[in-house]
Amino acid sequence: MAEGIKDKVVILGMGCTRFGERWDASPEDLLIEAFLECLEDAGIEKKDIQAAWLSTHIDEINVGKGGNFLGLTLHLPFIPITRTENFCASGTEAFRGACYGVASGAYDIALAVGIEKLKDTGYGGLPDSPAFGQMAQMIMPNATAPGMFAQLASAYSARYGIPMEKVKEAMAHVSWKSHQNGAKNPRAHLRRPVTKEQIMAAPMIAYPLGLFDCCGVSDGCACAIVTTPEIARKLKPNEDLVKVKALQVSVSSGEEVWYNKWDGAGMLTTRTAAKKAYEEAGIKDPRKEISMMEVHDCFSITELVTMEDLGISEPGGAPEDILSGFFDLNGEIPCQSDGGLKCFGHPIGASGLRMLYEVYNQLLGRWPEDRAVKNPKLGLTHNLGGVPNQNVCSVAIIGRD
Amino acid sequence: MVGIRSYGGYVPRYRLNRMAIFGNMGWLNPANLMNAQGEKAVANFDEDSVTMSVAAALDCIKGFERSEIGGVYFASTTAPYKERLNANIVAGALAANEMIRTADFSGGLKAGTSAILAALDAVSAGSANNIVVTAADCRLGKMGSPQELLFGDGAAAVLVGDEDVIAEYKGFFSSGYDFVDHFRGANSIFDRQWEDRWIRDVGINTFIPEAIKGLCEKVGLSPGDFSKIIYPTYYGGARKKINKVLGLEPDKIEDNLQAAVGDTGTAHPLLMFAKALEQANPGDKIMLVSYGSGCDAIYFEVTENIKKLAPRKGVSGYLGRRSDLDNYTKYLVWRRMVPVDTGLRGEEDKWTRWSLVWRKHKVILGMLGSKCKKCGTQQFPEQRVCVNPDCGAIDEMEPVYVSDKGGKIFSFTSDMLAASINPPAMYGGVDINGGGRFVMDFTDCTLDDLAVGKPVEFTFRIKFYDSKRDITNYFWKAVPISEEAE
Repeated sequence: MAEGIKDKVVILGMGCTRFGERWDASPEDLLIEAFLECLEDAGIEKKDIQAAWLSTHIDEINVGKGGNFLGLTLHLPFIPITRTENFCASGTEAFRGACYGVASGAYDIALAVGIEKLKDTGYGGLPDSPAFGQMAQMIMPNATAPGMFAQLASAYSARYGIPMEKVKEAMAHVSWKSHQNGAKNPRAHLRRPVTKEQIMAAPMIAYPLGLFDCCGVSDGCACAIVTTPEIARKLKPNEDLVKVKALQVSVSSGEEVWYNKWDGAGMLTTRTAAKKAYEEAGIKDPRKEISMMEVHDCFSITELVTMEDLGISEPGGAPEDILSGFFDLNGEIPCQSDGGLKCFGHPIGASGLRMLYEVYNQLLGRWPEDRAVKNPKLGLTHNLGGVPNQNVCSVAIIGRD
Repeated sequence: MVGIRSYGGYVPRYRLNRMAIFGNMGWLNPANLMNAQGEKAVANFDEDSVTMSVAAALDCIKGFERSEIGGVYFASTTAPYKERLNANIVAGALAANEMIRTADFSGGLKAGTSAILAALDAVSAGSANNIVVTAADCRLGKMGSPQELLFGDGAAAVLVGDEDVIAEYKGFFSSGYDFVDHFRGANSIFDRQWEDRWIRDVGINTFIPEAIKGLCEKVGLSPGDFSKIIYPTYYGGARKKINKVLGLEPDKIEDNLQAAVGDTGTAHPLLMFAKALEQANPGDKIMLVSYGSGCDAIYFEVTENIKKLAPRKGVSGYLGRRSDLDNYTKYLVWRRMVPVDTGLRGEEDKWTRWSLVWRKHKVILGMLGSKCKKCGTQQFPEQRVCVNPDCGAIDEMEPVYVSDKGGKIFSFTSDMLAASINPPAMYGGVDINGGGRFVMDFTDCTLDDLAVGKPVEFTFRIKFYDSKRDITNYFWKAVPISEEAE
């Protein structure tokens, strides 16, 4: 019987670049920036790293395929490097690979890196690529990410009989909150607070998503060094340790896109991964036990439905929770304390690790007062890659012991 | 008895008021004011002669099984492909048997009637039966030209066979003249014409009466014996003169649809014929005449079977289903007459992998899905593993075409980010009637027409055009059905 990952792996150190339009920085610069911070935090040397996992999503305009970019840039001495690509869950997949490498006993210390250099595309939004294969290009709409996620709102409104105006109001609160939090964060991409009026009045990108309902795309890199609890305790005898409590991934079965039972008002993958993650971590009541969350707010509506998919809000209850401030920085479960994808930024391959970076540092109490979560014990991160009807979801839970 | 078994028509939804064209281009050619009356039917940005032909053919085969189709003839002077048989794309969209006779007819505006004659001959000879003949055109005049005002887009179709014919084939007359009133070279996009007066006096006023008289002589009738004589021409003076010469009363003449559609080229005589058949009664003698590089005149006699024909939209139905295209420049962009910036996103290369297209051609052209023999679940596109999570049977499928099933909107959006020459791109989840779900483009609508639960029908459209390689790709889209049309 599988035991799961709980308490078998410790995050020894993490690093993360400033996200944004890093016109000045090459992917190599971004990698070195995050890696140096991570290495210093871990208190080890480069030669101690025995294996690595590298996450990028869109290799074509980025760093290319395979693990070579990581080996060549850091001149890692012929260690195993595996590239992970699983849409927006790629970064968490790199982390999962490193954790499993350590938990299996194959390695003492492993590195997970996530990087994406998107601003060399030449245009806003994700690059137009046949992400679902050549056949999809022949028969699927020429859809964009906002267009696919926007449909959650139309289905959600119809499913729960909540007027679109109310859904829009809750969505605006989601974006408003991320801007509030992002403004306080020196590493965030977007650092200007906006009013709800500005959000509601913004030009439409994909009905009903306006400009402020969509995260931008950014350049950035984040990384983690993981090890066993025994080694961590030796290296950091007097410090709090952050342990991995759960790592779950769920991938669409085709039921959403081709079968008629899915309600379209949330993600079956998230519902599945969350349930398994709570089991793995031994969490009975997530609404009471989870201290903070970093979820995949690629669009405001995604964050809204995710609150329900994660079992924090009741079905149909997310708008009320959101509007009551439940997820605000000073609310019961702060969500996106770093600004989220919306404001911290979304370099696809790095985002999962960036979320872990935020939770990890909050758990260790490292952030200044004005953006610190009060005494967090357990934090959850969530990625949702692809599109609502065919996607990859990852859920990670880490905790301070 | 050989003849027409069924008919169908198609007029695209968008109509451009000719004064809107003149308002933009009248400065160039003020004399065009006389051509600037009424409106012209304009193919949507995702329509062309092939898609319009499919729409007309689907209207035509209402009440017939697709397995009955024994041939597909496609006539047009604006076919998207010079090499790659356009008729096969039409046949694929109809999901017809593939071991049938298919052919393209082109070169002159009489190609539509030539295709009908070829079908009548093939059926008479016993070589083929139940041939769908479809004609469509989407001809372009240069900005500011008379043709730009006079031409319209549309399609029509007839089913030619030897059982239960609604109009019996009774005779023909044909002529072929290298009389060049209009022409397009192999590399030309725009129609070019000689002087109107010469076309009218030497062309139309000569060849059309000749064909009508020629057919009358062959079958021993006079023009007055016919209930309807259908011939295309937008020259009002020429029509008056022909009617006078032949002694035709105004009620014997089918309206040329110039005020509502415009001249649809090869399709036009067939479009007028399809419209006339909507009102025809058993015993009516109808003469169908084409004009362009010569003439064909075909004599039909309507039978009792016309009363039994399944209801269809027909030309009148499509004429009633209209929206104003209130933007002349949009028309220019839709027809790729002016370069337009769809952003760098729009420059991303989209390959067409022909080996893939062949493997999946029934899915792409015909909307082939599967039905599970174990649990009965219908699904699209075709699956080998049943999508029903409680079933999951492997290789227990039978083929099912879902293009005619329609569905209901499950989710929707209107996307300004997607690169398109007709933004916003509207698309969303559709629950297919009978089972299955798919994300489809919506077309012929605005955001206001979309709502969760609203019924849609499927229409064969251009999926994307690869300008780098001149490849037009097709697939099905969903059109919301308005309540009054249901």
